[in-house]
Amino acid sequence: MGRVFPALAVAVMIGPVLAGLWGAALPAFGHLPSAGFQGPSLIGLQRLIEWRGVVEASVLSVTTGVSATLGSLCIVVLIVSGWSGTMVFTWLQRVLSPLLSVPHAAAAFGLAFLVAPSGWLLRPAALFLGWERPPDMLVVGDPLGLTMTAGLIAKEVPFLLLMTLAALPQADSQKSNLIVQSLGYGRVTGWLKSVFPRVYAQIRLPVYVVLAYSMSVVDVAMILGPTTPPTLSVQIVEWMGSPNLSNRLTAGAGAIWQLVLVLAALLVWRAVERLCACLGRKWAGEGQRDVGDAPARAMGFGFLIFTSGAVLLGLAVVGLWSIAGFWRFPAMVPDTLTLAIWTRHSDDLAATVADTFVVAGIAVAIAMILTVGCLETEYRRRRPMTPAAVWLLYAPLLVPQTAFLPGLQTLLLSFGADTGRAPVVFAHLVFVLPYVFLSLGDPWRAWDTRYATTAAAMGASSTRVLVFVRFPMLVRPLLTAIAIGLAVSVGQYLPTLLIGGGRVATLTTEAVALASGGDRRAIGVFAVAQTLAALFPFALALAVPALVFANRRGMHV
Amino acid sequence: MRSFLPIVLSLAPLSALAETALLDWDSILEEAEGQTVYWHAWGGSTATNDFITWLGDKVEDEYGVTLEHVKLTDTADAVTRVLSEKQAGKDDEGAVDLIWINGANFASMKEAGLLFGPWSEGIPNADLVADDEIVASDFGTAVDGLESPWAKAQFVFMYDSADAEPLQSMDALHDWAAENPGRFTFPQPPDFLGTTFLKQALVSLVESPSVLQEPVDQHDFEAVTAPLWAYLDSLQPNLWREGQTYPASGPAQFQLVSDEEIDIAPTLSPSEASTAIANFQLPDSVRTFVPEGGTIGNASFVAIPFNSGSKAGAMVVANAILSPEVQLRQQDPDVLGYGTVLDMDKLSADQAQAFDELELGIATLGPAELGPVLPEPHSSWSAAVEEAWIERYGAD
Repeated sequence: MGRVFPALAVAVMIGPVLAGLWGAALPAFGHLPSAGFQGPSLIGLQRLIEWRGVVEASVLSVTTGVSATLGSLCIVVLIVSGWSGTMVFTWLQRVLSPLLSVPHAAAAFGLAFLVAPSGWLLRPAALFLGWERPPDMLVVGDPLGLTMTAGLIAKEVPFLLLMTLAALPQADSQKSNLIVQSLGYGRVTGWLKSVFPRVYAQIRLPVYVVLAYSMSVVDVAMILGPTTPPTLSVQIVEWMGSPNLSNRLTAGAGAIWQLVLVLAALLVWRAVERLCACLGRKWAGEGQRDVGDAPARAMGFGFLIFTSGAVLLGLAVVGLWSIAGFWRFPAMVPDTLTLAIWTRHSDDLAATVADTFVVAGIAVAIAMILTVGCLETEYRRRRPMTPAAVWLLYAPLLVPQTAFLPGLQTLLLSFGADTGRAPVVFAHLVFVLPYVFLSLGDPWRAWDTRYATTAAAMGASSTRVLVFVRFPMLVRPLLTAIAIGLAVSVGQYLPTLLIGGGRVATLTTEAVALASGGDRRAIGVFAVAQTLAALFPFALALAVPALVFANRRGMHV
Repeated sequence: MRSFLPIVLSLAPLSALAETALLDWDSILEEAEGQTVYWHAWGGSTATNDFITWLGDKVEDEYGVTLEHVKLTDTADAVTRVLSEKQAGKDDEGAVDLIWINGANFASMKEAGLLFGPWSEGIPNADLVADDEIVASDFGTAVDGLESPWAKAQFVFMYDSADAEPLQSMDALHDWAAENPGRFTFPQPPDFLGTTFLKQALVSLVESPSVLQEPVDQHDFEAVTAPLWAYLDSLQPNLWREGQTYPASGPAQFQLVSDEEIDIAPTLSPSEASTAIANFQLPDSVRTFVPEGGTIGNASFVAIPFNSGSKAGAMVVANAILSPEVQLRQQDPDVLGYGTVLDMDKLSADQAQAFDELELGIATLGPAELGPVLPEPHSSWSAAVEEAWIERYGAD
C-alpha cells in the first residue's frame, strides 16, 4: 500500500513529460514522416539557426524571464520582511490572494489597456491637454519586453507571496522577528538575516517554477510582448500552427532549444543562490542592525501597490468593458452602459463554467489524494523523497509546455483516449499535481512531529493522528493547496486545447479564443467570470483558518 | 520512392468518391439525425460565434443534428489536430467533423490526404451556388468537391471619415501614410488578413499579374516581388508604431480605430465594418473604400476531415449553410455581413427579392462601388510572400 502513492504520482508526471519530449525531439532531429522527412538529420536545427530572430528571441526569453523572477522575488521579500505582522500586511494579504486566481491573459489585457498610449492612464492627460489622438509610442510590445516583464511580475508576486505566507509559520518567523528586533535589528535587515534563509529553502522550487514559466510563457507574451520578433515560445507556437508542415521541424528544434535555455538559466540561478548564501552568511555575521530599512520598506510597499494596483485597476476596467456601449478615446468611461454583452454570452458562460469546474474539481481531488498519500507515506516510512524524485515530480513545471504538450497529445491519441473530459482531467493533473505538491509539501514536512509522538503516546493510531491532529493543524496549507490547484486547472490553456481536441471548453480556452479577436467587451465578460470563479476557493482558504483558529493564538500568521 | 507519393494520395479521394456516389440525400439525412458535429471554426469574432450558435439551433430543430462550435484561435490548430490523428493511426471518430477553411490550410490538407470527399457537389443546395471562379478554385487550388463554399469576401479598406478620405490606389495609400505617419497598419503576417494585404499590394504592383496565377516555382520570385518590397520598405517607417509591432488580427484593428490610434486599416469583408459599428466596436464615422482597379476576392469554405465520425451530419450542416435563408441572414450586416455565394438567378423570385431588399449597412459599398474582383494569387505565392515578409520584417 505504502508504495502505491509515490509510484502513481511519479507515473502521472514522468510518463507524459518523457513522451512529450520524445515527441519534440523527433522532429527536432529531422524525423517527421507525415511531412515527408525521415531522420535523423539536422534540418530543424539548421533552420532554427538560420532564422533571423533566433538570437533576439532567445535573449528576450532569458531577460524577461530572469527579470520577472528577480523582480517578483525582491518585491515579495521586501514586503514580507518589512510588513509582516502589521495591519497593513493583513489587509494586503486579503487583497492580493484573489489576484493569484486572475488568469494571466486577463491580467495582461487589463494592463495593456491601462498603459497603452490610448489607454486609461494617459486619458486624463489627453482630456486635459485636448489631444484628439494618442501619441504614437511603443509601450505595449516594446522591443525589450519591459511591459511584458511588468505584467509577469504583477502576476507572479501574488503567487510567490502566497507560497511565502504558507511557509512562514514553519520558519518560526514571529519568534525570530521578536528576537532579532530585541537585539536592535531593523525589521528588514533582521528578517533578511534570520528568517529569509529558512523561508527561501521552502520557496526555492516555487521560485524555479516562476523562472521556468516566465521564460516560456505564451499568452502573456502574445498580448504584452514584442512581435518582431516575438519571444522564443511564441515563435514555437507559431511554427507549430503553421500550415506548412515542415515548419514543425523548426518548432521541434526550437522546443528543445527552449528547454536547454530554461535548464541553463536554472543552473545559473542555483549557482547565484550559493554565492548569495556565502555572502549572506558573512553579511549576517557582521552585525549591522539597519541597512536602509525605512526606504526598503517604503520601496517594497510602493512596488507592491504599483504592480497589484495595476492588475486590480486593469481588471476593473476590463469589467467595465464588459458592460460598455460605445466607448472611444479619450473618454474615461463609456458613453452608455449595456448588459447586452452578458446576455449574449450567458448560455455559453453557464455551460463553460460547468465544464471548467468539473475538470478542475476532479483534477484537484485526485491531486490532493496523491499528494497527501505521498507525504504521509514518506512520513510513516521515515524515508524522505530523494532529491531526484522531487525534481521528477516538478518536471512538468520546469519543462516548457510548448516543448512537450504536442508529443503528449500524440501519446493519448495512440491510446485512443483523445476526446472528452477524462483525458483533459488527466492532462490538467500533470500540472495541478506538482503545484499542489509544491504548495503542501514543505508545510507538511515542517510540521512538528512531536505532536504525533504525543498523540501516539496517548494511544492514537497513525490514521487518527493524521485526521485529527495533522489535518486540523495544517488546514491553512491544505486549503491553500486546493485553491492553487483549482486556479491552476482553470488557467490551463494549451493542455485543454490540445488534449481536449477542442471538445472541452473551459473559461480559459473561450477567453483566449476571443482574445485573438481583440474584442474587449467579450474578453471582459470571460475575464470577470474567470476571476469570480476562482475567487471563491481563495476566499475559503483565507476565511476558514481564520474562523477555525480564532481561539488558537499559536496558529495565527 | 518520393514520386509515388502523389499517386498514393490521389487514390484516397477516389475510393471515397465511390462511397458517396452510392449515398442518396435521404439516407444521409437519416444517418445525420442524432449525430453531433464538432465544427472547428475561428472563434475570435463575436458576430460569427453568434451566427454559428443560431445555425446550430436551426439544424438541431430541422435535422436533429447537434452542432458544437469549437472556437479556434487559429485554423491551423484544427489542421494540426487532424494530422496528429492521422499520424497516430486514428482513422475514424476523429475530433474534428467540420472545419471553416480556405487558402493554404485547404491546400495543405488536400495535399496530405486529410480530407473526406469529394462530396460538396452532391449536396442539394450546391445547385444554387454561383458558377464562379473563386468558388471553384480556392487560392488557385482546385476545390474538387472536397469543401463546400460558405461566404464570399472581398478585400477593402476601412477608414475613419472624420480623419481620412478614400484613396484611389496603393500608391495613394503610400503617400497618405507619408503625410500621416503612424495612422495606418495591417495585421502581422502570417495572420490571414495581413497576408492578404501583402497580396493585394503585390497584385497591384507587379507588371503582369497573370504570373501570380501559376505556381511560384515557375517564376523568379525575387524579380516578380521586387516592387512589393520596395513599396513596403518605403511604407514601413510610416506605419503605426513605425512597424515595430502590428495588430494581432483583423478585429483587433477595430479597437485601434476606436482608440484613435489609426485611421485606415484593411478588412476582408466589405460589410464587417458595418457589423462592427452595430456592435459598438467601431465609431459610426467609419466607411470603406477600394482602390481603382479592384481588389482581391476569395471565398471561405467548410471541409470534412477524412476521419470524421459524423460525416453525414457535417454534410447536412454544409447544406444548411447554403440554404437561401441562412445565406440571407449571414449577408445582413446587423448579423454577420458575409457575402452570399448563391446565384440570384437560381433562386426563386421571392428569395432573390429578399436579397435585393437587404440593407447593406452604413459602411458597406454596393456591388458597383466594390469594383472588379481580382483573383487570389496561387496559394504557393501566398506562402512564399508570407515567408519572405516574415524574413524581412518579422525579426527587425
